[in-house]
Amino acid sequence: MDQFILQILNGLDKGSAYALIALGLTLIFGTLGVVNFAHGALFMLGAFCTVTLSRFLSFEVDTGEVMKTAWGTENPVTEPWIYGTLGEVTGQTVIDWAVPLSILFSIPVMIGIGVLMERGLIKHFYKRPHADQILVTFGLAIVLQEIIKYYFGANQIATPAPAAFVGSFDFGSLIGFDANSIIYPYWRIIYFCFSLVLIAAVFAFLQFTTFGMVVRAGMSDRETVGLLGINIDRRFTIMFGIAAAVAGLAGVMYTPIVSPNYHMGMDFLVISFVVVVVGGMGSLGGAVLAGFILGTLESFASMQFVLERLPGINQIVIYLAAIVILLTRPRGLLGRKGVMED
Amino acid sequence: MFGLNTKDTRLLLIVALLVVLAPFLLNPFPEGSALAQFNAGYPDLMQRFVIFGVFAIGFNILFGLTGYLSFGHAAFLGAGSYAGVWMLKLLTINVIPAIIISTIVAGMFALLIGFISLRRSGIYFSILTLAFAQMAFALAASVLTPITGGETGLQTSLNDPRILDAASEGGNIPAPSIFGLQMRDSFELSVGEWLFTFNTGYYLSGIIMVLAFYVAIRIFRSPFGLMLKAIKSNQQRMHYTGVNTRPYMLACFVISGMYAGLAGGLMVAMDPLAGAERMQWTASGEVVLMTILGGTGTLIGPVLGAGLIKYFENIFSKINDNLLHQWFAFLPDGMEEFMVTIIHPFIGKGWHLTLGLLFMGVVIFLPGGLVEGGQRIARLFSRKKPSGKDGATTRTEPAE
Repeated sequence: MDQFILQILNGLDKGSAYALIALGLTLIFGTLGVVNFAHGALFMLGAFCTVTLSRFLSFEVDTGEVMKTAWGTENPVTEPWIYGTLGEVTGQTVIDWAVPLSILFSIPVMIGIGVLMERGLIKHFYKRPHADQILVTFGLAIVLQEIIKYYFGANQIATPAPAAFVGSFDFGSLIGFDANSIIYPYWRIIYFCFSLVLIAAVFAFLQFTTFGMVVRAGMSDRETVGLLGINIDRRFTIMFGIAAAVAGLAGVMYTPIVSPNYHMGMDFLVISFVVVVVGGMGSLGGAVLAGFILGTLESFASMQFVLERLPGINQIVIYLAAIVILLTRPRGLLGRKGVMED
Repeated sequence: MFGLNTKDTRLLLIVALLVVLAPFLLNPFPEGSALAQFNAGYPDLMQRFVIFGVFAIGFNILFGLTGYLSFGHAAFLGAGSYAGVWMLKLLTINVIPAIIISTIVAGMFALLIGFISLRRSGIYFSILTLAFAQMAFALAASVLTPITGGETGLQTSLNDPRILDAASEGGNIPAPSIFGLQMRDSFELSVGEWLFTFNTGYYLSGIIMVLAFYVAIRIFRSPFGLMLKAIKSNQQRMHYTGVNTRPYMLACFVISGMYAGLAGGLMVAMDPLAGAERMQWTASGEVVLMTILGGTGTLIGPVLGAGLIKYFENIFSKINDNLLHQWFAFLPDGMEEFMVTIIHPFIGKGWHLTLGLLFMGVVIFLPGGLVEGGQRIARLFSRKKPSGKDGATTRTEPAE
């Protein structure tokens, strides 16, 4: 039983990442009708926003003092520049909290990147076949990841969570199991809660604001909304920016779980597409649901008990699920009838 | 000739001639000169040209004729490679059985995947093939290690049974050969400053590529090919006229997969090593790029695309900063530094960046690929007034 709960918990944080990326993908697909293969790259860019910010905060400057080493050579003493402006204690805290802080930093950056991408490239591909959209965004993904590789190198860059959240939470003793039977890292709980908040925010935005209402109207009938004198293209562009920001935030918060490297986007992209298809193309709720289901499924498949009987199942269970779903229920779990069914 | 019309015969002959004369054509610069690094006439690279040519021709039969974009074609190449190495290990070091078996194995693999994937079309088909390829990749790299060699890859070794061969003497791992003629054997011809290399492996792959090209032409011109083109332009209409398109699609998919397996078999025939990374989806993306770059749906396009990509991959990865400094030495110092700094990210390890940009550029500006580009240029220079019947306007658009 405790194993069971542990696996559900394990599935939740991976599932949150899948759900967030798939949500962004579905937003883009539902509004603009574009299949965006560069979405994984946006996730990766978000993660590298964190790396940039933490590098920027801990950028070392000369203090003017000189320290003598044991051998008598003189080394200039350096310290992060932020100590000079905020004092050492506050500065240290700010550096420590780089990951949460980059949420603030990454939102405008990612929205900017998203809008730029849509206006500069995707806009010209609305009328082209899906194959062309896949190909051009695939090319863009390669370019983005190579640019990141050029500036940040090919190695993983560790970006730890704030010291307050390092460590694990003894979930088992809380609900009546033996102590230490179900241990779960704090940061993963935060990631899960964060993703729930983010998903709720996106849904609330679409459901309860006028802007969201217009966007939803545009999703179901773009032409009529345009005829009503509403500049739907501009709203869709903004939605693209928001989708990019969602993917970026998923990346920002994921950095303490997996150290960012330049190809992390590609690793997530394939699975996210599978998630979108399983959830139902164009269905936001389906994307979120499928994200969590597949994440949990994956973590169950990696249990020792299952692996002994079906070796390697953890690597392929998501794809297997996708194949079964696509063949038995073509429109996905929550897909609407008639949306991209063939 | 060979059941082809004059135009196709000419095309086939040109390709055959290019393949035969490639060691000369690709070595235009004398040995030891500053431009010698642009030579492509060495066996390893020439082999890759024709092998990826076969791969791209096969991909084009599927994507070019039917418009079904498979993102998992590398899986067939990988399956073919593994089958080929196993033949070299178990049966004989002669490459003929290896190549035949790898084609057949890839074909069966394609039959299985195609049977399931072809139930859906459009983006779903792409994702299904992608899912299958990723599955194959994940399994090959982990659980199937006894068959695939896992992450280290599969290769021939000294204690392989090789039941048809005599025991190898000398304690060396035998190199793949065809009836005693080793694949890596080369005949070198030195003419003045030039050095031309004629490699057995290259010519074997070259002959197979010309054959594959011939079969592709026949498929393109056959009633079967016409049926596939009809599926591309409007599958629904085909259904309404009472045609069951499924068998045609499946046959096409299997043929395409067999081409990929053939390419995989040739790859291991040249170098008896197969690794899981050959199945990764970026490898599938590469063959898509080759086809698009050359010109989707054209006969010669994929071969051109494959050659160009492999050539640039090789050349761009070789260029380094020192070389750039040499090239721009004629500029004033500041300018030289500036040019080198600008070009630096695109060369050497940055080759993939160039590749991505190329990919985007082709899809955005030249959807018809090099062949369309060539036609446009030819039209610019031809005196004929552009009539309404030129390539760009006769492309069939699917009627919604």
